[in-house]
Amino acid sequence: MNHFIQAYLARKAHVLFGLLMSIFMIAPLLAVVPISFSSGTFLSYPLPGLSLQWYERVFTSGPWMQALSNSLWVGIASTLLATLLGTLAALAFARRNLPAASGMLGLLISPMIFPPVISGLGMYFLFGKLGLTGTLFGLILAHTVLATPFVLISVAASLQGFDMTLLKAAAMSGASPVRAFAGIALPIIAPGVISGALFAFMTSFDEIVVVLFIGGPSQRTLPRQMFDGIRDTIDPSILAMSTLLLLVGIVGLMTTTWLTLRAQRNARQLKEQ
Amino acid sequence: MTEARFEYGFIKVGFTMSVSSIDAPACVDTLAVAHYQSSRRKRWVSMLLLLPLLAYTCVFFALPIGMMFYRAVSNPELLQAFPTAIRTMVDEPAKDSTALPTDRVFDALEQDFINAPSNAVIGEAARRLNYENSGYRFLVMNTARTYRTPLANPESQSARERLAAIDERWISPQVWEDFRRASPAYTPYYLLAALDLKQTDQGVAPVEESQRVYLDLTFKTLKIALIVSLLCLLLGFPFAALMVKASPALQVLLFLAVMLPFWTSLLARTTAWIVVLQDKGIVNTLLLRFGLIDHPLPMIFNLSGVYIVMVHILLPFSVLPLYNVMKNIPPHFMRASASLGAHPIRGFMQVYLPLTLTGIGSGTLLTFIVAAGYYVTPTLVGSAREQMLGYFIAFYTNTTVNWGMASALGLVLISCVMVIYLLAARLVGIRQIAGLR
Amino acid sequence: MHSHSTRLALVLTLALTGPLAQARDLTVVGFGGATQEAFDKAWFKPFAAQSAKPVVQDSYGGGLAKQKAMVESGNPTWDLVQMDQNEMELACEQGLLEDLDHKQLKNAPEVNPEAFSECGVGAFVWSEVMTYDPKKFGADGPKSWADFWNVQKWPGKRGLRKQARMTLEIALMADGVAPADVYKLLATPAGQNRAFAKLDQIKPYIQWWETGAQPLEWLAAGNIAVSAAYNGRIAIANQQGNHFPLIWQQQLYSMDYWTIIKNTPNKTASYQLLDYILGAKAQSDFAHAIPYGIVNSKAIAAMDEKTASALPNAPANMKDALLLDTPFWVNYEEDLMNRFTRWVAQ
Repeated sequence: MNHFIQAYLARKAHVLFGLLMSIFMIAPLLAVVPISFSSGTFLSYPLPGLSLQWYERVFTSGPWMQALSNSLWVGIASTLLATLLGTLAALAFARRNLPAASGMLGLLISPMIFPPVISGLGMYFLFGKLGLTGTLFGLILAHTVLATPFVLISVAASLQGFDMTLLKAAAMSGASPVRAFAGIALPIIAPGVISGALFAFMTSFDEIVVVLFIGGPSQRTLPRQMFDGIRDTIDPSILAMSTLLLLVGIVGLMTTTWLTLRAQRNARQLKEQ
Repeated sequence: MTEARFEYGFIKVGFTMSVSSIDAPACVDTLAVAHYQSSRRKRWVSMLLLLPLLAYTCVFFALPIGMMFYRAVSNPELLQAFPTAIRTMVDEPAKDSTALPTDRVFDALEQDFINAPSNAVIGEAARRLNYENSGYRFLVMNTARTYRTPLANPESQSARERLAAIDERWISPQVWEDFRRASPAYTPYYLLAALDLKQTDQGVAPVEESQRVYLDLTFKTLKIALIVSLLCLLLGFPFAALMVKASPALQVLLFLAVMLPFWTSLLARTTAWIVVLQDKGIVNTLLLRFGLIDHPLPMIFNLSGVYIVMVHILLPFSVLPLYNVMKNIPPHFMRASASLGAHPIRGFMQVYLPLTLTGIGSGTLLTFIVAAGYYVTPTLVGSAREQMLGYFIAFYTNTTVNWGMASALGLVLISCVMVIYLLAARLVGIRQIAGLR
Repeated sequence: MHSHSTRLALVLTLALTGPLAQARDLTVVGFGGATQEAFDKAWFKPFAAQSAKPVVQDSYGGGLAKQKAMVESGNPTWDLVQMDQNEMELACEQGLLEDLDHKQLKNAPEVNPEAFSECGVGAFVWSEVMTYDPKKFGADGPKSWADFWNVQKWPGKRGLRKQARMTLEIALMADGVAPADVYKLLATPAGQNRAFAKLDQIKPYIQWWETGAQPLEWLAAGNIAVSAAYNGRIAIANQQGNHFPLIWQQQLYSMDYWTIIKNTPNKTASYQLLDYILGAKAQSDFAHAIPYGIVNSKAIAAMDEKTASALPNAPANMKDALLLDTPFWVNYEEDLMNRFTRWVAQ
């Protein structure tokens, strides 16, 4: 009997622990949201009143909007490039006939593993030589490097359940390779490609270290702008931007979750067939 | 059908992408030669697909890191400023290390000063020489400044006397020994300095007590990374276990708790923690209002701030691999061990824990690697004492422009990370690190 | 599959050969914060309006790294840059800055000749002074750097700038060294050790700041009790309703400079803005926006008593003042900064 009470208490304690951890993980993110609607400048409760002044400031101020536009451009361009490179490479791995595949994969995902401060320093040297420091183009190239591992992994994961022989079967029934790819492989890997692209975009959109090393004044991205803001003065306008970024995160999370569920359903259907 | 067969043949020797792909039918091979040729062609296609990313990663990732390695040993400053003097010194070596160089070296040095391509080159050489002994910067710059105006000295004087007249340190053997040490095209200076060592007349020796700092810094970096990754494991293990067995509603909450921070901007998270933890922040205001404390607790801009924020950021890295492993452990394993009369703790230790080892390994190692390279978070939420290797790399790059030192410290950091990375690759496999099963 | 690779190659080639950089707007760079807001109000905005050309702004925390990287890569992204005097001298020596051409500046004759240097012209005179939280100590606050060290009488954290320059001087003055002897001593290893030993005494109490806004924010938030801070920042904070005293005794003052990055494509525009900055009206507007010393003699002569008395170089504020020794810091900064950074991290 004692045994059961112990087990019961242990289960309850475990659940309680999970709830506390969830508060630890989520509450700080949500706690600052109301302050961004404050009519005062203090960063604590109670709020003196509600207003949209900080959002107005963020959306009408030159630096914040410039930073947002830079971040979007760099994010979109590097996402496109990284998605292209990463997807091709994932297909190569899925063909399962590469020499030294494990080492190759180790090399290709190392931009994700290596400290960004190291990548930033190295790129500072190379891009300096190439005249690419302080250019948006340089930033795009750099962020592409950091983003490709996520696309590679995401697409490769979506191909895990994919039977390459299906492509062969299609080819044998007369379809051209491109047609076979578009008709059979693309629907399978599409969720992987899209979530890889999302990861890639978030990697670039949230990147700060490499920007600190190779970005110039005209390449001030959103994280860079926030970094300076945090070091200088935290006012509710930074919290307004944080709240917007939280929304971006929620959208990203919802999209990838939906894609994963869809991919799982696809895989199940494929298996049933 | 033949092609399909071939694919199967390669699964065994090549890179196994997944178990399910072994479903391909195995047939008896009859056209071996044709298959061989076709497999070579297919291999080429695969390599062509891989090539763009491989080339891109090599050019924009491997090459930069290679350049960093090069910068850690490259030492061109003196050679660029004083090429003839150094060449003459090599041609006509002094009798021993305490002797002054020959007159021809002094002549050459004077010519180098007069013919300096630009002030910048001399300035760089002065900076470099100053690392050997502070004060040499002034010696070099002052000499260069004197030579910039035409010499008033009579022709009868030798270059040696003219240099000695500008600064008599030019005829000190110590200066020339340091000059000689700083002149080769490659130097171990920065790498040794990053390990609190230096070159002396007698070989390599530790630097003075008061100057020793980088080994401590490396240990501090590894210590913070270790504590953070252990905290993540300690909190992440029961969390991941709960994710597997919780009721669906709780499961959603737990997933949200891991994934939402993961998807939210790092800077937004850091800002949030500062607002929550600072002296006039949310937590302290609440505690003060309820009379639980008299003075605000210092929770941020110190070590506790660094730990709290880093654990918050890195917890998903340790939870997700654990969850991936745990969800594949059939629940009846534990039930079976319990029904056999094993105490739950014993069942846990002997059945459950061993099955989660790969998850523990990859999660903890990944957390450790990421934590060891941290730079932005300690900068924003730590004090001067919590700064890690990354901070000094950025400091030497962006503040004092000492690229050699930045690169050498980068090398130290990279070595620590590589050891762990290779260890992880060996223990749990690259695919596990990448999150591919 | 081949077609994919070809297409990829095509995209890459297009991307790589595309236009790398287009014409850039005039970019002016300061140390940020309240001072840069004053720049903007007194100089950049009016100039942009007058010339109908945009002025892009950036800020940095000092140092030569960015300038060096952009000059070496042949791709300068900054034009007109605010610099500390010693860093300007170093940058000038290393060929990172344009030699200043007086002929391009119509207002040059009105400028105090001492404000000109080989590679720059004085932007303003600033001062680092002591201030404290009046809520904690009222009128009976610390009066000297020696008092700054007295954590028994005036308890609470201390704010100091996280750099060797100024901090080591403050330590020696707190140890009883007369301003006139500070640099003689600091040039010797014994003097350097003495400064670090003095700092060791209050190391646990020091909260290091890196941007000029931080000490005043921390004072206002009650995190620190006494701090060194820039006089202009204190004045701005007091305009916003605070009452932080300025202890001018033993102030450390120096001049910041405007410099032009070597080989910038916007050289002409840089000189135009610089000339605008040096004009009497622009100078006077700046001193009214933030109490830092100005360089235009006409504007100085025309200044009202109230504004003039708040400047670092007003005679009443100069008692025991220490002028930062630029040649000293040109020679010793890298060395002492390395030692300081290591010391702080220990």
